[in-house]
Amino acid sequence: MRVELTVNDAARSDEIEPRLLLVHYLREVCGLRAANIGCDTTSCGACTVLLNGESVKSCTVLTAQANGAEVITAEGLASDGELHPVQRAFRAEHGLQCGFCTPGMVMATVGLLKENPHPTEQQVREGLEGNLCRCTGYHNIVRAVLAAARDDHAGGSGGSSSRVNTAVTA
Amino acid sequence: MIPAQFDYVLAESAEHAVALLAENGDDAKVLAGGHSLLPMMKLRLAAPEVLIDITRAGLSGISVDGDELVIGATTRHADVASSDLIKTDAPLLAHSASLVGDPQIRHRGTIGGSLAHADPAADLPMALVALGGSMELRGPDGSRVVLADDFFTGFFETALEEGELLTAVRVPRRPDDPWGYQKFVRRANDWAIVGVAATGGRVALANMGSTPLRATATEQALASGADPAQAAEFAAEGTSPAADIHADAEYRRHLARVLTERALSGQRS
Repeated sequence: MRVELTVNDAARSDEIEPRLLLVHYLREVCGLRAANIGCDTTSCGACTVLLNGESVKSCTVLTAQANGAEVITAEGLASDGELHPVQRAFRAEHGLQCGFCTPGMVMATVGLLKENPHPTEQQVREGLEGNLCRCTGYHNIVRAVLAAARDDHAGGSGGSSSRVNTAVTA
Repeated sequence: MIPAQFDYVLAESAEHAVALLAENGDDAKVLAGGHSLLPMMKLRLAAPEVLIDITRAGLSGISVDGDELVIGATTRHADVASSDLIKTDAPLLAHSASLVGDPQIRHRGTIGGSLAHADPAADLPMALVALGGSMELRGPDGSRVVLADDFFTGFFETALEEGELLTAVRVPRRPDDPWGYQKFVRRANDWAIVGVAATGGRVALANMGSTPLRATATEQALASGADPAQAAEFAAEGTSPAADIHADAEYRRHLARVLTERALSGQRS
């Protein structure tokens, strides 16, 4: 069947099998490898992307179901060479360890902050309930989300090392 | 994991979906959000030859019909949880939907899909039983309404007949009824080890048998004037909980009593 999607602002038209999962479409047809296949059972959230602006687990969506929709992956967040504020915050706050869960965490965060721009720490933890970090690096991930909500790292691409050190020893 | 091959058909209306069901019979499955069906298809526990997608069939939305709320079958959990109408008139249902899975799952999963899937450990079947809601089913010969109490007939089994489609859910509007809700889980994103939903003198249990159950002995005690602690003592009567890695049957009975007392005291989790 033929599907037409907008992926990271680019219109696409592709011939696919109806059983093609959105995550396979993104990785194998579009060549976008940010969305990872972690658990493949709707649990870990590593494959999270935005579908019409909302976070979804792309391992549990058929490409056919997304026909006509707009998809944003982590590759589509930066603009004009500038990282997205959430990406900047994850970098500055060291919101990652091995990095496998990071694209999903970042996309879930972008979705969360769209729905709730100023979440409490508890709301961040509940809002990221669908994303697992097997390194258990949640502490800095939560810090990064809160920093992104405050836009602590606006305009800068860095973030001070002391913040990172504080986070690690907190 | 990749599902077996199937044909994908987009239903344009409920009528069209029912016609497609009649045409394809046993080989077809109805697809809404797909968050119960697609995992089963990926594991090859289900391998329908035809998927009938009803998410663009005009079956989403929340409206008022007299003293009932009518919620279209493909209304997503996120929309049920955030609806001002539902939060006002059936707050237990909004709360229940807000606890299904996680945010990503709530952006895809639908109320009708969850109810038709009929997992006895799930939130919404228990909530519908507690609320005294009902389901609108549409078949080739017309529509009928089935009470939640009669809808869940067995483990993942419902009153849906061959060729019938769940089109909407009805719940009574009771803005002033106190309510409580308890979902006991060990991990984020899990199904309830035991769940309890209580409102308007009704008490429903999740994962205490092959379907969501009414705690009828507790309800009778309440009707006779028992306080929450006394009434909760009877919560596990007549139940047949399973044993699994999370809990044995006796622990589930214990949880049912403790959680029922909390729910009857208006506690929410």
